[in-house]
Amino acid sequence: MKLLNKWPSYYKKDVVTHYCPGCGHGIVHRIVAELLEEMDLGKRAVCVNPAGCAVLAYKYFDIDMIESAHGRGTAIATGVKRVKPELFVFTYQGDGDLSAIGTAETIHSANRGEHITVIFINNAVYGMTGGQMAPTTLLGQRTTTTLGGRNPKFDGYPLHITDMIAPLPGVIYAERTAINGPAGIQRTKKAIQAAFQVQVDGLGYSIVEVLSACPTNWKMTPEESFKWITEVMAKEYVPGVLTDKRGGPA
Amino acid sequence: MNKVFMSGNHAFAEAAIRAGCRSYFGYPITPQNELGEYMAEHLPKSGGVFVQSESETAAINMVIGAAAAGARVMTSSSSPGISLKQEGISFLAGFQLPAVIVNVMRGGPGLGNIAPAQGDYFQATRGGGHGDYRTPVFAPGSVQEVADLTRVAFDVADRYRTPVMILGDGMLGQMKEPVEFPDMLVDLPEKEWALRGRGEGASRYMASLILDVMEMERHNWELVRKYQAITKNETLYEGYMLDDAKIVAIAYGTTARIARAAIKRVRKEGVPAGLLRPITLWPFPKEPLQELARRIEDFVVFEMSTGQMVEDVLLSLEGRGRVAFHGRPGGVVPTPVEFSRILYREYQRQVKSEK
Ligand SMILES: Cc1ncc(C[n+]2csc(CCOP(=O)(O)OP(=O)(O)O)c2C)c(N)n1
Ligand code: SF4
Ligand SMILES: [Mg+2]
Repeated sequence: MKLLNKWPSYYKKDVVTHYCPGCGHGIVHRIVAELLEEMDLGKRAVCVNPAGCAVLAYKYFDIDMIESAHGRGTAIATGVKRVKPELFVFTYQGDGDLSAIGTAETIHSANRGEHITVIFINNAVYGMTGGQMAPTTLLGQRTTTTLGGRNPKFDGYPLHITDMIAPLPGVIYAERTAINGPAGIQRTKKAIQAAFQVQVDGLGYSIVEVLSACPTNWKMTPEESFKWITEVMAKEYVPGVLTDKRGGPA
Repeated sequence: MNKVFMSGNHAFAEAAIRAGCRSYFGYPITPQNELGEYMAEHLPKSGGVFVQSESETAAINMVIGAAAAGARVMTSSSSPGISLKQEGISFLAGFQLPAVIVNVMRGGPGLGNIAPAQGDYFQATRGGGHGDYRTPVFAPGSVQEVADLTRVAFDVADRYRTPVMILGDGMLGQMKEPVEFPDMLVDLPEKEWALRGRGEGASRYMASLILDVMEMERHNWELVRKYQAITKNETLYEGYMLDDAKIVAIAYGTTARIARAAIKRVRKEGVPAGLLRPITLWPFPKEPLQELARRIEDFVVFEMSTGQMVEDVLLSLEGRGRVAFHGRPGGVVPTPVEFSRILYREYQRQVKSEK
């Protein structure tokens, strides 16, 4: 008999998820938990979780964790990793957290080439606070603070932060993927695996940006959300490997 | 170890290293740059970590990470930078993580200037960030005391799992004095609660988010019990010429040094003045002050501010005694002559009212 599915050992049992139906967070949590087990990292892992919908991630991950103030995840991760280099340290952050309030920490941890991995959930809105505009919100996208759709005249343009940091010499691996169906989920797992491996191999900083659904604030069904990621979001934020310096400087 | 001649800023750093601190995160700001520079030179040599962060905000969050991983850790800054650290200090208090934060105060508000001042007393003693917490605050008055109190600060931080602040000023940071350091601490005990990867054991998490209000209230009262223990066990102060005093100056840090010189002067003129110097600003030495107020009527509070510690004096005295205040804010360093005039005047007033 072939085992097709099992509960990841670093994912807590008997907890009820607080994520909305169709939310990308739960899917990425599952991928991360599976990889912590498959790559045998869970025992020495420390996850820094954000202010955002994933603030409660410690309810699910059965590994050592510390919550961060909004946006400061990579600074905390820097502190942990610098004093305990033997630990496997990753942050899990939303787009508001990583690319608005935490922009400086994001850029400078990448530029220092900290040996940490960043899981970046881009859902183009502030999920937790009820769907306000994020730096990543698309032009024309309606949010509770861009009622007529994001207008670049007043609201600026979608920020491509992963593309901005990818050229930095300290950024060894950067990839963007989309949770928009089975293929996207598989690709995301491969990308996070590659990013984790960069840290395991002691190469430096790695980041995976995941286009991820927020059906609640997008006011769509989970199915419509997947479609919107494919047809709209992935046109602005094109999935793919943004830098790969594993073999040496690009 | 023999005495060495050193600035306060260097002494903070050397004392931290001797207290077993092997990690420092900071951002340059005058008048405390020499502290970070000393760390940059000496920490890597002893296998430690120095990171010049992109901001004070980043620095205090690196401190959170290092503290969570069980390290003895320090950051330092001066007034504007300390404001930026307040969010992180609130998180340290909430997480119950030990760390030492040095504030070498300068004139303010805003950018102010780079001269010595004591305008951050409220911010330091009232738990400067958001939420219901306190931070123990040590106020050294000499470079020797910088060395001694830095050691105490790390011990108190670890013992109670709390952020601790050391409040100096530009004068103390820049001034060179002979100083003798305590021995190097080796083999610090492991911190059971620290993050280190779950290994074969249960996972740990550190969260300051407590959505259940009853749980949050329980957490708040737990912090209060800790603060009560700190108040009971860690309050420090020094008395000077109090035995026969009829008028008492109250001052801390640099101001206390000036007050001490002023007291020597006025005593020659027959004014029986003494000094009460709070060494911890929080907890404030309330009981020793109340004890003094049983036999002394007149108090003069000296500060390099427009009047902040004077509020703690008034709160402690609960209406007893007569309190005068003399402050020089903005980076002006008062002189012993100036203070002695105030003490002389206030004492004459006392004598007249007794007639
Ligand atoms: C200093 C600070 N400002 C604002 C907030 C409120 N806040 C919490 S989460 C959040 C935005 C979350 O959006 P994002 O990072 O995109 O995460 P998501 O919930 O979408 O996964 C905001 C504004 C906060 N917690 N702290
Ligand atoms: S609000 Fe959006 S991001 Fe948050 S849990 Fe719901 S679907 Fe997910
Ligand atoms: Mg978001």
